[in-house]
Amino acid sequence: MPEIKLTDVSFSYLNRKEPALAKLNLTIPDGSFTAIVGHTGSGKSTLVSLIDGLIKPAAGTITVGTTSVGTDSKKTELAKLRQHVGFVFQFPEQQLFAETVEKDIAFGPENLGWSEEKVKAAVHNALVQVGLNAELASRSPFMLSGGQMRRVAIAGVLAMQPEVLILDEPTAGLDAQSTAQLMDLVDHLHRDGRTILLITHQMEQVARFADQVVVMNHGRLMVDTTPEKLFSDSRLLAANHLDQPAAVRMSQQLQEKGIDLPLTLTIKQLSEQLAPRLGGKE
Amino acid sequence: MSNAIVFGSYVPGNSPLHRLDPRAKLFLCITYVILVFFANGLATCLWLILALLATIIASQVSFKMYWRGIRPLAWIILLTVAFQVLFSTGGPVYWQWGFISVTRDGLLNSLIIFFRFMVIITASTVLTATTTTLRIADALTWFMQPLKVIKVPVNQITLMISIALRFIPTIMNEAVKIANAQRSRGMNLDEGNIVKRLMRMIPILIPLFVDSFKRAEELATAMEARGYDPEAPRTHYRQLDWHGRDTVSMVALLVVAVVLFGLRIFI
Repeated sequence: MPEIKLTDVSFSYLNRKEPALAKLNLTIPDGSFTAIVGHTGSGKSTLVSLIDGLIKPAAGTITVGTTSVGTDSKKTELAKLRQHVGFVFQFPEQQLFAETVEKDIAFGPENLGWSEEKVKAAVHNALVQVGLNAELASRSPFMLSGGQMRRVAIAGVLAMQPEVLILDEPTAGLDAQSTAQLMDLVDHLHRDGRTILLITHQMEQVARFADQVVVMNHGRLMVDTTPEKLFSDSRLLAANHLDQPAAVRMSQQLQEKGIDLPLTLTIKQLSEQLAPRLGGKE
Repeated sequence: MSNAIVFGSYVPGNSPLHRLDPRAKLFLCITYVILVFFANGLATCLWLILALLATIIASQVSFKMYWRGIRPLAWIILLTVAFQVLFSTGGPVYWQWGFISVTRDGLLNSLIIFFRFMVIITASTVLTATTTTLRIADALTWFMQPLKVIKVPVNQITLMISIALRFIPTIMNEAVKIANAQRSRGMNLDEGNIVKRLMRMIPILIPLFVDSFKRAEELATAMEARGYDPEAPRTHYRQLDWHGRDTVSMVALLVVAVVLFGLRIFI
């Protein structure tokens, strides 16, 4: 299973003076759930595009498992990175193109050169994973609802069975129920041993799921830490325009009132702390 | 993919040319292109190159940007020049093989065509490098006003042009994003023969079309929601103001034209 390692990585877009990424060093351990946060234009998407081999670094090296790319790597070497890494783009439903859901999900596995049976099994598994009815397989993806389209698009990435999964704001524009279902799926994939990289603006998601959090600002890595440490440092949060999750805010306010509480990241943790003190049961 | 965007793209700046009225610039550019066809000898060609060099320097855009504008068209230019050299006849023959021959007139014609291509492309690049596409559309609208008399729907046409121009960069970005999404699903754009490569455009083009239709519908709804009426008289957020410097540019153009015809007659 792969570990992701970036060493002194820089990247600039054409026609722009400020580099999109500058001298970035980061290690993402195998099997971790890493949240990448930062405001718009901070370099989050550039960072994950480099890990997926979609763009070539201007300096430095990127290693995923045993594959390594640098400034003079060829296109085929960059393509190798993509065999380990699955990338769910922002609004992934925009990339659907095939006549049927089945054909669209099979696109990735077919590109990997798998046998017909293997592709079929992968498509079926991916549909089950994202919780879509098997009957939908023969329907046109353009006839589905927005939420279903997004699940089909995510199934198209999962069908390739990537060891590393990148998700760029996967819950943007979804209703509360679909958001909860999708995050449960991501959590489940993580428990199965996959490395997850999640770009998000939802600090609640960071607090609840991540075990590593990377804060980006103006193309620089500001801090690489755990959610506990990040959310207890209010000055660091303010400097990077980040919010505290509700549970963190509430436990800090209670601490200020003189109540002895450990820092809690989620509402569930907070209620487990408070309920016994108020005389309640589980 | 980034090279395709460079041709005809705006380079922000605050040079005298950037500040010129877009109507003046459009008129200058078109007139200059017409003048190019009147250049027939060494002196007239050099005179027009001199005038173009002056505007390039006044535009304060680096020569590298102009070179990038010409580069994508280099093959078309070379091909046309080669055809002229090999297939036109007249004057002393220098080399012959079957019906292919290199003659003096052929060489001269090819030189003139090369000159015209380079100068016209560079001149239009000066216009697009110093003027945003929306400003050019504004100027075009102004020039088309007289057509209203013969019932041409000028406002609708110019709105269509502005919308089309406005969405080119948006759709370009969209295309890059979708291509990246399909590449990350293992699609390899750089392998196989031309038929296979064309087939691979399908996963990019279909989402792009779907998205563009959706965008068009949303835009139409948004415009109607804000009370857009195609028949109503329009006011403009970007006003066109004619300044002294614009008149000066017209005088400069007149000087270029007079000297050109002078050189044609007397040399």
